Amino acid sequence: MRNDKLIINRRQLIRGAAGGAALSVPILHFVREAYAEQYCNMPTGKEVVLGFNVPQTGAYADEGADELRAFKLAVKHLNGEGDGGMLNTFKPSALKGNGVLGKKVAFVTGDTQTKSDAARASAKRMIEKDKAIMISGGSSSGVAIAVQSLCQDMGVIFMAGLTHSNDTTGKDKRKHGFRHFFNTEMTGAALAPVLAKEYGTDRKAYHLTADYTWGWSQEGSIKKYTEALGWKTVKAVRTPLGAGDFSQYLTPVLNSGADVLVLNHYGKDMVNSLTQAVQFGMRDKQVNGKQFQIVVPLFSRLMAQGAGEAIKGIYGSTNWNWQMTDEASKAFVKSFGKEYGFPPSQAAQTCYVQTILYANACEMAGTFAPAGVIKALEGFKFDGLGNGPTEYRAADHQCFKDVLVVKGKEKPASKYDLLEVVDITPRSKVEYEAKMLGGDLGPVNMKPC
Amino acid sequence: MDAFLLQFLNGLDKGGAYALIALGLTLAFGTLGIVNFAHGALFMLGAFVAVSVNKLLTLEKVVLDPTRKTPWGEPVEIRTPYVETWLGDFGRFLVDWSVPVSIIAVIPVMLLIGVVMERGLIRHFYRRPHADQILVTFGLAIVLQEIVKHFFGANPIPQSAPAMFAGSADVGALFGLPPGTLVYPWWRLIYFLFAALVIAIVFAFLQFTTWGMVVRAGMRDRETVGLLGINIRRRFTTVFGIAAIVAGLAGAMYTPILPPDYHMGMEFLVLSFVVVVVGGMGSLPGAVLAGFLLGVLQSFSSMTEVKAILPGIDQIIIYLIAVIVLLTRPRGLLGRKGVMED
Amino acid sequence: MFGKTARQDWIFLAIFAAFVLSMPVTLAPIGAGYPDLLQKFAIYGLFAIGFNILFGLTGYLSFGHAAFLGVGSYAAVWVFKLLTVNAVPAVIFAVLVAGLFAAAIGYVSLRRAGIYFSILTLAFAQMSYNLAYSVLTPLTNGETGLQVQLLAQGPVTDYINQDVRILDQWLGVKEVGVPSPSLFGIEMSGWPGFYFAAVMLIAGMFIAQRIFRSSFGMMLRAIKSNQTRLNYTGVNPRPYLLAAFVISGMYAGLAGALLAVIDPLAGAERMQWTASGEVVLMTILGGVGTLLGPFLGAALIKYAENIFSAINEKILHATFAWLPDGLQNAVVEIAGLFVGKGWHLTLGLLFMLIVIFLPGGLMEGFERLMRLFRRRGGAHAEREG
Repeated sequence: MRNDKLIINRRQLIRGAAGGAALSVPILHFVREAYAEQYCNMPTGKEVVLGFNVPQTGAYADEGADELRAFKLAVKHLNGEGDGGMLNTFKPSALKGNGVLGKKVAFVTGDTQTKSDAARASAKRMIEKDKAIMISGGSSSGVAIAVQSLCQDMGVIFMAGLTHSNDTTGKDKRKHGFRHFFNTEMTGAALAPVLAKEYGTDRKAYHLTADYTWGWSQEGSIKKYTEALGWKTVKAVRTPLGAGDFSQYLTPVLNSGADVLVLNHYGKDMVNSLTQAVQFGMRDKQVNGKQFQIVVPLFSRLMAQGAGEAIKGIYGSTNWNWQMTDEASKAFVKSFGKEYGFPPSQAAQTCYVQTILYANACEMAGTFAPAGVIKALEGFKFDGLGNGPTEYRAADHQCFKDVLVVKGKEKPASKYDLLEVVDITPRSKVEYEAKMLGGDLGPVNMKPC
Repeated sequence: MDAFLLQFLNGLDKGGAYALIALGLTLAFGTLGIVNFAHGALFMLGAFVAVSVNKLLTLEKVVLDPTRKTPWGEPVEIRTPYVETWLGDFGRFLVDWSVPVSIIAVIPVMLLIGVVMERGLIRHFYRRPHADQILVTFGLAIVLQEIVKHFFGANPIPQSAPAMFAGSADVGALFGLPPGTLVYPWWRLIYFLFAALVIAIVFAFLQFTTWGMVVRAGMRDRETVGLLGINIRRRFTTVFGIAAIVAGLAGAMYTPILPPDYHMGMEFLVLSFVVVVVGGMGSLPGAVLAGFLLGVLQSFSSMTEVKAILPGIDQIIIYLIAVIVLLTRPRGLLGRKGVMED
Repeated sequence: MFGKTARQDWIFLAIFAAFVLSMPVTLAPIGAGYPDLLQKFAIYGLFAIGFNILFGLTGYLSFGHAAFLGVGSYAAVWVFKLLTVNAVPAVIFAVLVAGLFAAAIGYVSLRRAGIYFSILTLAFAQMSYNLAYSVLTPLTNGETGLQVQLLAQGPVTDYINQDVRILDQWLGVKEVGVPSPSLFGIEMSGWPGFYFAAVMLIAGMFIAQRIFRSSFGMMLRAIKSNQTRLNYTGVNPRPYLLAAFVISGMYAGLAGALLAVIDPLAGAERMQWTASGEVVLMTILGGVGTLLGPFLGAALIKYAENIFSAINEKILHATFAWLPDGLQNAVVEIAGLFVGKGWHLTLGLLFMLIVIFLPGGLMEGFERLMRLFRRRGGAHAEREG
């Protein structure tokens, strides 16, 4: 690889020389840098560049906008501006509030459009053109997995944003990829006992599942954990992504003998299917002598907003909620609220935390080199970032922490007050063997790019 | 059997939406010869007129309460809707009925949008190739979407049907079935009836008025009608306005079923083109027939019994039907010769 | 336009080749001088040039060309997984598969003309997309996309996640981690990948030029101008149309394969109707039926997508720092609507403006400029039809 680069650069050099001295100066500079570079995008100036790759257009644009706000706030705090947010509560912290390793943190942004191709293109731009040393963001598991493997190939670190599929740190895990967000396995383990407690162990469930990787992962986890507690699964039906009108999938539920409907949908699909299920009068129905119930395993405050009335009283799980009462969450909400005038979403929290964790790992390792950063993050135990004591498991680069089981609030006090935490499932209950989900981290990639 | 009937109702409901969108598209196409890729955006705009009406009705007076603070240290806002304070119970009724009430606003607003669009842009494209029409209206659709996104955000905005129509109707009881076997949401029944009504009005208008007769003549042979000294251009403007109104109404009334977002038009666009072509380009009855046909078939194809035999059929049924129809009936179900073949 | 004689054709090709190969330097000042974007210029340029052979010459508007691009990508990645990471077999195989797929779809779709043809191609592409996302997951890996994986240790149970690479193994290639596609040892990411795609683009342009100039090309143009008359002369246009359809499908397959070569991941969204629409827009934007237009259109759209979307407030503030504070904020506010998350708005306006004022696309704009220039030159004002 080093050799190819040299050939190309020499060619460019010749062309540049022909074009004139003005052109050849920066190219010479580039060549010199390439020689000295020990790993991809080794920062040499006074700044270190981070790349934030979020959906700015398409269905998840609002979520992406919130992620971007959190990233900007994190950069501010890292550079010692603002009130410091969760930097004040985070421990053990190696951060000094003067950037990272003495370099000011700068950032570039990109639009994933929630498409793997576009996401990889914009990540590549940030790595190749803007020399970003770390990429973060995402709002869909497919995109996160695609960008994660790109970062592995190019030799930069990927700090995943909102991605919930098991595969991100399961069968598609990579040495350069890290995830703070939880996954469907943890959702299943945390949600099932609460469901059993609320609705009893003698229930018949009907699943509607978005027909793609994340949906299947979610369906599998919920089935596994609810069936272990005595529930039966009547049927699991796959629905096409972005179906819009789910009526033809909802009507068979009414006559199936099931008394619980599990909606393994996310984003707009979830908003539509839930609204329509409520419209079909499912929540007023009595089946098998029991009140019919609807469960949405994963939801966020932004989606609850889209579903409006329909979300009230619905159980699900979430990574974090702004109404958490620990010091760290309060500090974050305060600092985010002051900056933007409204509370942060769970997507914002995970992105903020990932940025802080990355910066801290660089400080701990004393270098930006991927090998050092990865080593510092693997097995890192920390607290004070809003989720209680947390560990980055070395075996699969997945964070293990408590999981929140939530319910759509019946009487919201404001338009942001939509979720109510019903249970905080301790980490020990949601932990599993890394081997269980398969995959292979692979080697550290230290080649210059 | 009741599962079958329910899916049939679903199909009619879905078909109602398809038919309404395809009807407007066909009107614009059949009379003006314009391939309007912004038609989906008109559907979306209609939905957002309803959203705006709701927003207007629920405009709130904001009072700051300095005794209580948000977690980030600003005073809490107390909000009370103006309409409720001014009009009391009638205000509450208006808010509850905001979706049906918005129809009053949708008609003039969409007419205006349609006329402006036709006068300002579409008119200059009558004699341009279809490819140009597609590109310019597609560009317009993107611009309209982005404007809506700028003001309303990208997340879906929930709209509720009037409380009176919440819940389901026992349709089965009408046919003498035991109670509870065939229940269907009120609002969806209303949507179907509404779609049927709008379709009937448009057809009656074209069939029984002189105005409609001229337009129908224009659909057949624009030049001859022009030679007869009839100002066909002005009628075309009106036709485009009507197409916009029909799309807007379809969108506004659909909001309780599908929380609207800025992108909803694009999702219906391709589908509505398929519906139009299956029905036969330029044929209004064809558009309606194809809308209902595709809606019903789509519903049936997603029944588990069907999917067990043909996995994945629900994902492709619409397109499969389109292929079969076009190969067996070259001009769609009710199409005429010579339309759009050059 | 660019000459009718063989000599002028060669000059055009030489200038084109020189421009394409020098893009890393010449386009650097406008921020496009990095490998990924230039790779996309070359690949989507190729896609659009191929599309134009069908649409530009025959007037048949296919709304499902993205399907062939997607099929090409999947075919190439499967070659990487099963045979070898060398790019050559993957490209050849992908072009063949896309050609076969195009022959099948074209055979059926070409039974109809006009918008009916468009809808048929659209229907086939949408079916491919929907199935690739769901039922065909064992072949496509659904939403996650098909990727090159580690070599299987022991018996293979799951070909999506365990690769075999028979040819490489037979040649005794040692692999550390997941290998990248290469051309006889040169890894195809970054600049080498761009030059590989650029050479393909120049070759593709050469072939397109030959087709434009050939009697086959004349026949295709005859179909566009008057098919009925052609029928009366006793010529059956169907075989010519099918040939054009398959050729342009193979171009799309080549583009898809190149996408997989520079970045070995094939996703279903490449086949969605919006992707098919994109190539139509590229072609019209650049200039339908011209040789160079489709490439320019493709480059313009990819440039907008990658550069406009990356401009954020910080960059805007830096750009307008020379303005007084109040004015600066206002200007940034307004400019912010069109870049970053608003780049779609710019794209939409661009489409409208170009179609309204330059119906022939960018190429017409250039021609008008040229004419203006010549007229200014005065001496021999030519009249052109």
